[in-house]
Order: sequence, then structure tokens, then C-alpha cells
Amino acid sequence: MTCEEAGILLHALIDGELDAGHAREVERHVATCPRCAAQLRDYRAMRQALSAPALRHPAPASLRAGIEAMLPAPLARGTASRRGVLKGFAMGGVMGGALSAALAASLVLYLGRGEEDRHILGDLVSAHLRSLQGDRLTDVQSTDQHTVKPWFNGRLDVAPPVVDLTAQGFSLIGGRLDYLDGRPVAAIVYKRRAHVINLFVAPADPQASGRAAIETRQGFNIWRGAVSHLSLWAVSDINAEELQEFGDKLEAAVKSGS
Amino acid sequence: MTVASRSEDADRARRFRDAALPHLDEVYTLARYLLRSAADADDAVQECYLRALRHFDGFRGQAVKPWLLAILRNVCRAEFARRSGSMAVGADADMAEDASPLWQDETHSAETEMLRRHDAATIRGFLAALPEPFREVVVLRDINDLTYREIAEVIGAPVGTVMSRLARARGMLREAWLKAEREQECGGEHEEQSR
Repeated sequence: MTCEEAGILLHALIDGELDAGHAREVERHVATCPRCAAQLRDYRAMRQALSAPALRHPAPASLRAGIEAMLPAPLARGTASRRGVLKGFAMGGVMGGALSAALAASLVLYLGRGEEDRHILGDLVSAHLRSLQGDRLTDVQSTDQHTVKPWFNGRLDVAPPVVDLTAQGFSLIGGRLDYLDGRPVAAIVYKRRAHVINLFVAPADPQASGRAAIETRQGFNIWRGAVSHLSLWAVSDINAEELQEFGDKLEAAVKSGS
Repeated sequence: MTVASRSEDADRARRFRDAALPHLDEVYTLARYLLRSAADADDAVQECYLRALRHFDGFRGQAVKPWLLAILRNVCRAEFARRSGSMAVGADADMAEDASPLWQDETHSAETEMLRRHDAATIRGFLAALPEPFREVVVLRDINDLTYREIAEVIGAPVGTVMSRLARARGMLREAWLKAEREQECGGEHEEQSR
């Protein structure tokens, strides 16, 4: 065996990829060749050093959560967890005063958020995920607000505000028709770096709470806002600060434009 | 959405989750070594899993890990291409492989030299200095612990290419390693000379 052959095969030897016959040949060569022997020793030491756990990069929890979140949710997760809470509450009575009080408090918190509220948040995330998975992110693809806005004419009973926020760091990609709570709504699509932001626009529900706030659901941030008679929700995996910035700039642009 | 399609979706999601999520750390590790920043790696891995989910239906019987890593690699290469407008990985690698024979790599290494341990940050520096096609085979083999066959699948090249590229990569790595040791030893002298 030549040094050239050994130079490749000794790696296969270290990696346990060599059959017994070839392994013996390499070992025989190495025994007579100090240069290759030195290499083999060094490569073994290197391989050892490279296997250190410190050189691996475990995925951050936020990334794992983000990926978990983009998968369609298992069926009836909501009902299951709710049942869990109720069961815990019932058991609280058996387990004693302090604990049941704590459980009661958590139950109140749990039920405190309106059924409607949770429903719409879940719908928003589902709609966002659907848009990312298929080839239907946009029905009308254009970075021109004057192309996207008229596209909605006649498709909806509201005229959604379509504003170009490219200068503010959010580029307009297009728009599509989507559904929230069984009603057709406008979805206007923006991008921030590689991240998609879906802005959903629906006629304002007089019952809905008007607070503008970021909420997190299944790892996605959801911003909600309102302009005149419209409810707005923006859903994205960008961080809360950036999404808030998007919301602020959007509201400012819509108000100054109208 | 009908109940049937929703439960189909949920079933598909569960299968995808079971198959793909256990490899997340390895996918992320490769992303971190191929891309410059943690934020870029995050984005690339997200995109990788999105693409994988999209194509999961067409995925049959292969091993999931190399498949995922191959997708990640494509995402990273697309990102490079977008940024620099050039990333002719294959051509570079082949040229480099032809450039100098393996067994003449270490021009100054004494046979008695023994590799010393470096800390993780230093080793990461050595890896970062390797040209991309060589860096990826070392990361796949030595850090992610893939077999040659799996690596061949990831980079879409024959096992023979994996072997020669790995040998070349480790040769470069060893050289960097030994050079760092020499510099550590006679750091003072070097400074004198450079003045």
C-alpha cells in the first residue's frame, strides 16, 4: 500500500468504515511508515477532540417551539387541557384548602379569557400556518399597494387598508382572501427578512376588546389593533418588539393615508 | 376544513413530528457551522423544517436524518447564493482536491509531533477557517456522527468523494491545529521577528 492510498484509507479505519481485510493492510503500512503513523495518531486525537459535546449546538428552545408551532395542532387540544384543569379543580377539594384555592385561581384565570378570544387566536395561527405551508401565501402577488388594494374590491364587504411599509423595513408581498371564524377576511402579506407577517383585516366586532397588545400562541406572536371600523391582527414568528413596531408603523401609515 | 381532512392533517403532523424533530439538534448544529450567525441558523432551520413538512408526503422509506440535513444544506446554499451571488461549491472542492496530493500536506510537521488539546472556541475557529465543502464533511462526520453513506446522501456525491474530501479536510484541519501549537510555543519569537 502506498502512502497516498493509506492517506485516505486511514480515515476510513478511524471511522470504522473499513472491512477487516483493508484495515489489516492499512495497519501493516502504518507499522512501517512513521509519517502515516504520525498522521493516524493525530487524526485519532483530532477526532476525539471533535467529539466534545461543547462543539455541538443544541437547538434553542425558542426554535424548537417555533417549529412545533408551525405543525398543525393535534385535534381537540383545547378541550383536553380544559378537562385537565377541571379535573384538577375537582381534586382540589379532596387535597385541602390552600391547594384548591390556588387551583380555583388558575381556573378563574383560565376561564377569564373569553372563549371567543381564544377561538379567534387559534384561527389566526391556523390561517397563518396554512398560508406558509401551501403555495397559497398570496392570491395577488405584488409589492405595489395600488395593485394589491383594488384586488380585494368586490371580494369583501370592506376595503382593507393596504400600505407599503418597505421604507420601514417591512416589504409588501401581496394579499389573499382568507377565512377567520368562517367569515372571509383580507390577508395582507408582508416580509421582514425571511419572516412572513400575515395581516388579517376584518370588520370590527363591536363586542371585541380594543386593546392593542402582543399575545403569544403556539410560539407565534399576534398583534392586534384597530383602525376606524376595522379589526387588525398581525401574526408572525418575528419577535414581539419587531411585531409591535410593525403594528405601530402600520397604524400610523393607515391613519395618515386615510 | 372538514373533520376528516383535519384529522388527516393532525395525523400527518404527528408522523412528521416523530420523524423529524429528534434530529433538530443535528440540523441546527450543521446550520451553525455553515452560516455566520445564530440568527441566520435559526432562520435556515425553520425554513428547512417548513420545506421538509411540505415534501413529507413524497418522502418514503429513506432515512430521515440525511434527508433533513440535505434540505438544510440546500437552504444554506441558497442563502449564500443570494448574498454573494456565487457559491460554486462543487467546482471549488474538486479543484482543491486536485491541487495537492494528500500525503504532502504537512510541509513542516515533524513525525514526533503530537496534537494537543485546544478549547472548543479554538477548534470552532479552525473549522470556520475551512472552505465550506470541507467544513461540512467534517461537521457531518465528526460532530454529527454520520456514516460515509449518510454523508454521501446529504451532499449528493459518491462515497468515494466523501472519503477523499474528508481526508483532505482533516489534513487541512491538522495543519491548522499544528500551526496553532507552534505559534503558541514560540509566540514570543514570532513577535520579535515580525517587528
